[in-house]
Formats: sequence, structure tokens, C-alpha cells
Amino acid sequence: MSDSGPVQMRSPVLTVRRVDAYHAITVVAPNIAERFRSGQFLAVAVGGEHSGMLLRRPFAIHDVKPDYGGTVEFLFSVAGAGTSWLAERRSRDLLDIVGPLGRPFPLPRDPVNCVLVGGGSGCAPLFPLAQALRRRGCRVDLVLGAATADRVCGSITARRVAETATFVTEDGSFGVRGRVSDPLGRVIEETRSDVVYACGPMPMLRAVTAMADRYELPTQVSVEESMACGTGICMSCVVPIVGDDGITRMARACVDGPVFRGERVRFDDVGTIPFDALGAPGWKAQPDGRGADREAG
Amino acid sequence: MSSDLRIRLGRVELGNPIMTAAGCAGTGRELARFVDIAQMGAIATKSVMLEPRAGRPSPRMAETPSGMLSSIGLQGPGIDVFLERDLPWLLSRGGTPVVSIAGGSAPEYAELARRLSEAGGVAVVEINLSCPNPADQGRDFTDDPAEAARVVHAVRSHTHSDIPVFAKLAPDVADLVGLASACVEARADGLSMVNTIRGMAIDPATLRPAVAGGLGGLSGPAIRPIAVNCVYRARAALPDVPIIGMGGVRTGADVLEFMAAGATAVAVGTVNFADPSACARILREFEESVAGRGVARVSELVGAAHRPTGASLGG
Repeated sequence: MSDSGPVQMRSPVLTVRRVDAYHAITVVAPNIAERFRSGQFLAVAVGGEHSGMLLRRPFAIHDVKPDYGGTVEFLFSVAGAGTSWLAERRSRDLLDIVGPLGRPFPLPRDPVNCVLVGGGSGCAPLFPLAQALRRRGCRVDLVLGAATADRVCGSITARRVAETATFVTEDGSFGVRGRVSDPLGRVIEETRSDVVYACGPMPMLRAVTAMADRYELPTQVSVEESMACGTGICMSCVVPIVGDDGITRMARACVDGPVFRGERVRFDDVGTIPFDALGAPGWKAQPDGRGADREAG
Repeated sequence: MSSDLRIRLGRVELGNPIMTAAGCAGTGRELARFVDIAQMGAIATKSVMLEPRAGRPSPRMAETPSGMLSSIGLQGPGIDVFLERDLPWLLSRGGTPVVSIAGGSAPEYAELARRLSEAGGVAVVEINLSCPNPADQGRDFTDDPAEAARVVHAVRSHTHSDIPVFAKLAPDVADLVGLASACVEARADGLSMVNTIRGMAIDPATLRPAVAGGLGGLSGPAIRPIAVNCVYRARAALPDVPIIGMGGVRTGADVLEFMAAGATAVAVGTVNFADPSACARILREFEESVAGRGVARVSELVGAAHRPTGASLGG
């Protein structure tokens, strides 16, 4: 109910189009567009008003434009009944959307050199981030990868928003063969990077964080956890995160994230409850009050 | 004509019968971004325990037809943080707190009740009895009416007499009416029904359970007819005991259905995940519906389905 928080709205679809292996939907949503900061996402209801599919689908916001008072675009691949339904939407259909949700990518105060690393549809939120960084005078270099050429998104835009763009595919059908973490060391050295941003599957984020760590660079990662509500209520999307006080908490990707500092994510323990996490069987309250519940960092 | 929406849960009066269900509104703070929580009859907070709790591994949920399975494992910060941070916040925003408590033994529940009574501002204490009882081979307290009654009695004895104590029951028990009666005999002021139903889904790709623990709690509109039947049976057996009805409520018409079956108040649960402003919409729909029927006081609707055909309603 505050001016900066998320809003729920029934937004008219402006366009639905194919972008290689993905679908892109643009909706008219001025209240979401004006609040948006890069890294935030939408939670979209699927199946219509009487749908038997109760859970909203979370999608990173890929683009925001001032047209029609403000539009937002998101990318998705068809993976089930919900995304099939979305792919069948047409111009002027209404979508029930909530956004912008989640903690955005923090932006550096000074104009520094930034490498942005994306895997698959995880490339989507990097484009508004690149623009925000450029507006701050930062140098932006992109490393974008996917399994195959048609799943590398935004290859044309990439060359426009970044100084350099390196493409990586697992099958070698486009750019370098391998994984995004393979050429990352070289890109960090050549561009004298100061900070690394990444979005994609958990194993990729782990490899990128490890590589950046080798160069002692800070990493901001955006996780792609499955969610039920997207608004912080259901506690489905938890990830073990180490806080400023050294205590691990099961943090919600939707409201405490989706952006976390890479070195704070316990990648080896994702999907589990680490034995020493706050409130886990091995956790013990400290007499000095350490362990009081606070926001994870 | 506008209707008198007020209802009573024992000694406590609520401004209207529509509230949130425990675990489906956080502490009110998350939902307050979409709904004016002071407008709701009450806000039931996520079950609080004595100590912080990390919960269960992920995946913690799976979508099922018109419902979802969840296995969160009562993740929460514990009673200290709840009393220091969450309860004062809820009261400062004009929320009416129904505080759900969870524990592993009757003394644990009793200690939670005592601390909540001392804190002040709690409208209702709701006992989440769907918790494993280590002293009963890890079966839930609801699986044995005697164990459930022991907890209810301990909580009632440690709760201020002005605060009603409601026992929350799961529907998948051997003898629901027997369990409800045992709780009332142990001096529960009312019943909350129903909690989730145990269920399972198998991931078609991996052929492994879709929820990490295997077992999940089924909720959402899929369980509504089961919940309505449970409320109906409890009302028939215990007509003087107030019931908070819940299970798949999605519209104002669903609220009417639960009230007719015998619920005095009705809680909105899983639908908050799908539609964060659902509570406000459901309240609006309910108000329009009762005004349209010419109902003077909504409390007259409670148990309407038990009356003989043709009995007058409202007016």
C-alpha cells in the first residue's frame, strides 16, 4: 500500500512474440514500470479467473518502456500448462500481475567496470541492469550463455548495451563452446572488472561466484528458486544465506532476494537445511543474543 | 440496507467474520502491502514456537489441481522475536491478532500461551495441533484425542480468561467429532477447522515425490467440500461451540457456504498466495451478498444449513 512497494493489477497485453526459443509478453502496467528497479520480478497469475492453477509464475522483468504510460516485458519458455496458457495470450487480453517484487541489484556509487553473466533465460534481467549501470557511467561487459544458440537471449541487444559481449553455448552452436564460467576469467582480466553480476541456474551462479572470488571481486547473484506466492508469505523459496553476523538463515528468495551477495549463498547446501542454520537441529542460541532473527544480507 | 457484520468468538467480538488463516498471511506485514489489515475481522499469524525454527528442505511445495501441497516445517523466528517485533507491528496497524501456536509437548504450548497472555493485545490463541508429538512416536497431536485434550487443557490453564482458546483440527483423523468433543471437554472455547490434509504428488519427470519430505499438506479450493463437511458435522454435534471455518475459501459466496455449515468466522488461506488482495475482495463480495439478501445481522447466517427447509433467514 506504499508508493514504492509492489502493486497488483490487471494489465492489458500489448504484444506476445517469439524470441528464439522464448516467448516475450509486454503488458501495459504504468504503476509497475514507474516503481521498477533492475533485478525485480513479476508474479503472473495463469489460467484465468477460475483457474485450477493457483500458483503465480515468477518472471524477471526484461524491459521497461515509457510507451502507453509504462510497459513491462518478461521472457519465458513453455514448460507446462501455465506457461502454455501464457503463450496463447493475445493483444488486449488481461493478465493479473503483481510487481515489481524482490530486492533489486545494488548499483555501485562510482563508475566502475562491471561484468554481467547470464545463463539461459537468466540473461533477461541483465539488460535493464546494463542500462542502469551505463547511466551511472559504468563500463558493462556481458557474458551470455545457454545450452544451445536459440536459448541465448538478447544477442543483438547485447552488442548495443555492452562494450564487449561474449557468447557461450554448451554445444558450440554459437560463440565459444563450454560454460559461462569458462571465459569469465579472461573477460575479468581483459576488462579490469571491479564487480560481477550474475543470473541463472544455481550451479552456474556457484561457478561464477567461485571464479570472481579467485580475482577477489564481489558478486551479486540473482537466484531462480521456484516460488508459490512471490510476496513473502508462503516460505517455499528459501535459500541458505549467511548473514552479516555469520549466522545462516533460510532466507526467502522472493523478498530477501532474489539478489544476494554471491559469497553469502551456501551453494553446496541449497535444497537442504544446513545443520547449523538458525533454528536447525544443530543450531544453539548464543547467550549474548546472537541469533535473533534479522533480515539476511 | 447494510448488514451488521459483527460476530463473536467467545468473549471476543470481531468487526466482520472474514480473517486470514495461519501460515497464509505471514505476520500480516507481507499482506499489508496489498490489503488494509485493520479492515479484516482478524489476522491469524503463522504458527509461532518457543525457539527459532529453520523448517524443512526444499522443494517445499507443489501445485496440484485447484490446490497445492506444502511442507514448510513451521519455519519461524520463535516467540521472542514474535513478541518483540511482529505482534507490536500488527497491533500498531490496527490488526486483530489471532496467534497460532505450535509445540512438541503440552508444557511447550502452555509456555507459549502464558507469554502471549502476558504480552497483551492477543485476541485469540489458536492451537495448531497438527504437530508431531515426540512422546507419541511422532504422530500428530490430532491423531489421539487424549493427547490433543492434554494440550488444550494446558493452554487454557495458562491463557488469560479474557482470551478465547481455539483448537485447530486436521480433517484426516479417525473420529473428527470425537476429537472436537475431547478438545471442548478440555475447555477449548472454539474450534478452527480445517488444517491441511495429508497428500502426495510424484514429479512426472523424476518419478520422485514432488515435495522434499514426500508428504505435504493439501490446501486450496480442492479441499473446500471436505472442510465444509467437517464444519457441518462439528456444528451438528456441538451447536454451541463457535467454529472458525477454513479450507479453500476463494469468494464471498464461499464464506456464506462455511457460515451456513456452521462457521461463525471464516479464514482465507491458500488463495492469499494466488491473489494477495483476495481478503479485501472477499470481504467486499460478502458484504454485497448479505446486503442483497437483506440479512440484518450476519451472525444469523451461522448454521443456516442445519435449519429445516423453508425456515426464514434474516429480514
